[in-house]
Amino acid sequence: MTASRENSSSFRNHTLTVLAIVLLFLFLWWADGSMAEDLGLSFLPEGLNGYEVQILNLVAVYGILAISLNIIYGFTGMFSLGHAGFMAIGAYVSALCVLTPDQKEMMWIIDEILPSLAALHTPFWFSVILGGLVATVFALLIGIPVLRLGGDYLGIATLGFSEIIRVLIVNATPITNGSLGIKGIPCHTDLFTSFIWLLVVVFCTVRLLSSNFGNVLKAVRDDEIAAQVMGINVFHTKLFSFCLGAFLAGVGGALLGNLLTTIDPKMFTFLLTYNILMIVVAGGLGSISGSIIGSVIITVLLEWLRVVEEPLNLGFVEIPGIPGMRMVVFSVCLLVIILYRREGIMGMREITWDGIAAFLSRFGRKKENRA
Amino acid sequence: MSLELFLQHFFNALTLGSLYGLIAIGYTMVYGILRLINFAHGDILMLGAYFVFYGTTLFCLPWPVAVVVAILGSAGLGVLMDKIAYRPLRDAPRISALISAIAVSFFLESLAVVVFTGLPRPVHQPEWLVSIITIGGARLMPLTLLVPGVTAILVAALLYVVYHTKPGLAMQAISKDIETTRMLGVSVDKIIALAFAIGSALAAASGIMWALRYPQINPYMGVFPGFKAFIAAVFGGIGSIQGAVIGGLMLGFIEIMAVAFFPELSGYRDAFAFILLVVVLLVKPTGLFGEKQKEKI
Amino acid sequence: MSRKNIVELRNVTMRFGGVTAVSELTMDIPEGSIVGLIGPNGAGKTTVFNVITGFYRPTEGEVVFAGRGITGMDPHRICSLGMARTFQNIRLFYNETALENVMIGRHVRRSGHWWGAVLGLPGTVREERNIRESARQLLERIGLDAYADETASSLPYGAQRRLEIARALATEPKFLLLDEPAAGMNPQESLELMNFIRQIRDEFHLTILLIEHDMKVVMGVCEHIWVLEYGKLIAEGNADAIRSNPRVIEAYLGEDVNNVAD
Repeated sequence: MTASRENSSSFRNHTLTVLAIVLLFLFLWWADGSMAEDLGLSFLPEGLNGYEVQILNLVAVYGILAISLNIIYGFTGMFSLGHAGFMAIGAYVSALCVLTPDQKEMMWIIDEILPSLAALHTPFWFSVILGGLVATVFALLIGIPVLRLGGDYLGIATLGFSEIIRVLIVNATPITNGSLGIKGIPCHTDLFTSFIWLLVVVFCTVRLLSSNFGNVLKAVRDDEIAAQVMGINVFHTKLFSFCLGAFLAGVGGALLGNLLTTIDPKMFTFLLTYNILMIVVAGGLGSISGSIIGSVIITVLLEWLRVVEEPLNLGFVEIPGIPGMRMVVFSVCLLVIILYRREGIMGMREITWDGIAAFLSRFGRKKENRA
Repeated sequence: MSLELFLQHFFNALTLGSLYGLIAIGYTMVYGILRLINFAHGDILMLGAYFVFYGTTLFCLPWPVAVVVAILGSAGLGVLMDKIAYRPLRDAPRISALISAIAVSFFLESLAVVVFTGLPRPVHQPEWLVSIITIGGARLMPLTLLVPGVTAILVAALLYVVYHTKPGLAMQAISKDIETTRMLGVSVDKIIALAFAIGSALAAASGIMWALRYPQINPYMGVFPGFKAFIAAVFGGIGSIQGAVIGGLMLGFIEIMAVAFFPELSGYRDAFAFILLVVVLLVKPTGLFGEKQKEKI
Repeated sequence: MSRKNIVELRNVTMRFGGVTAVSELTMDIPEGSIVGLIGPNGAGKTTVFNVITGFYRPTEGEVVFAGRGITGMDPHRICSLGMARTFQNIRLFYNETALENVMIGRHVRRSGHWWGAVLGLPGTVREERNIRESARQLLERIGLDAYADETASSLPYGAQRRLEIARALATEPKFLLLDEPAAGMNPQESLELMNFIRQIRDEFHLTILLIEHDMKVVMGVCEHIWVLEYGKLIAEGNADAIRSNPRVIEAYLGEDVNNVAD
């Protein structure tokens, strides 16, 4: 490929990326319902309803969480099941930061809140980053002893740590309000916030993973011994990836807490980790585009599956709703994916503008040939 | 602490440890052969308990018949689980089977929520098992003696099967070298199915006793005993049946005694096992009775 | 000869439980030479490689590299000091392209940080471009440029072997260990390999130690040969001395007889 062609295709790619982002935000503006109002265009169809907006928000937050787990598992090959723990840390730290001192005084009934925490009050964006950072600190503490373990042992150990974090949250009532959880968190995660965070996370991880540092992570995933011979400090690399994943999980957890406005220890069980894991597996281990597609499909699927839980009236018979049924269908879907399409939707491939261009030109040629 | 109280704790620990041990056997057998953490193992325990519950309440079966049916049903489920979810993935990367196991576990739990509802259900305890008796000043239920007794019998029977019968020897051979054993004409799939059947039957047995001891069942009741029993299996040295039992007993004692001597730790009881796991894996990754395996470079 | 030794093994013994894989081995490898380590299967040759490259800490004895004791040092540290190796069963990063495989080899010589890549700092971007460029050039020199964007697992066998060497060269080694580079090659390919080994030694200013079963390759390319049997050194010297050594003939004949009996 000549230099000029490379340049022109990179110009095209940048333009397309900017265009896509602009389109996304126009869509969000419309979905939010404020576009018609802001522009005074009454002919525009009304935006999405609150329920649909909530789903869209969840897609963005799950996207961040899926990427964070994919970094650890899909790109570095560490089977970590501790995600719910990091999310819990992020959510609690952020909640403690954004609540006003008065709210906190009122809510802590089992034990009084620590005075220093009660006084804490920070802007939302800062609380999210702080949530990520605290999760990173925990990841360091956990990672140093357990990342030397291989494969499935690491899975059990990290799962254990996430449960320990939950036990700590239940017991540390002066900090966390124990099993009562925290209610009335202001709903900071609106559509623009969640998607801006998603874009920033995608942008940064793509930058990192497409650099040689990304190759190094994959080297550790593919063959630790060969990686050592290449002068890669496998332990440091794993620790780095684990902490990065934990940071993003903390960020995702903070956004989730501010979206749902209520958090309690029961939310952050291994089932939450499984959910994220399944998004990553369905999308494709080692593919960022896969994680995003996975989070769209699975979040929408989970909501859509609520249909099977509702009573169905066929006119002559009425089938009563079966609560919990959607999880059964969901788990069967996952079983089918892992049995029949192990690599998930994307495998390790990524969707790129070059890929789309190549596909379109191939498609076009095929059409011409046929004609 | 008075001797009576200590004895009471001792028998409680023995009961809990036996239950962990019984569950751990299933993990260790499957892991020894397939190098797979069967995440759904704990859910078999839950199903075993539910089978007895519905057998006695819905179908009005006499209690012993219900127990036998539940154990056989769970064994069958174990085999089915292997056939559907694990056998197609024998040649796949190990982690795929692990995810499949998580999906199966997820499925069984969700199904249980749908079929049995998520509400915890009280379990009827037969009178003779729970009427308090006094031994050496300690007030005990016959149940706390029954559980270790049943466990001992089951473990003895299992050890006999594994060390003195053909399928048992084949099982050991497979865990050493699956390919060679296959070439020697052993039907590997059948032996693996047998391992699942035995492991599931033992899990169901412990599930039933678990429900008697802690008389409430719910669809997620198998999850934590499952995790902890796996840890017990690692502690004992994964792949070793004796190790699993001893690991289970030790875990039972650690959990009960730590809380008995330091009551302020009771909120953290569920954390002990995981801390133990990390310590064991760091200090002696092969566990107490495990064999060393090193990757060939 | 007054050449400096780049690697010295002093009385290295490696025991696994009760088994002695290598016993009291002493080797001096002169800088700039091509030398060989041979012996029947199970003689402990690969164990010697694993001791030198830091995967095993020897039970006794020490390893010196470029005048510096490296006994018990981690493999990645040893690599950064300028040592690289290949494996008996090729160990490439199979999901990555040939180019990425070589780029991973460049990592150990980079100075930028990960956040530089995330923020797109000019220094890191420049370094990133250099890594890609130098990896591409290396592939060209080794004659693998046609495969640059192919996944490593899809390369033909011979190309995989060469890619493993290219990847090792990317770490800028002074000392290169090749574990059975001629395995699975026909006589014509082996001949090319011999030239290739000499060529990279000269071009990259290397010292090369190789394990090889193909005696034509060993005798043709090595200045000095060590012969191991059951972990013990039974002979050393140049090709002619080894060829006529009765102990060596016995060791190899013994193996042949066993093979026939099988």
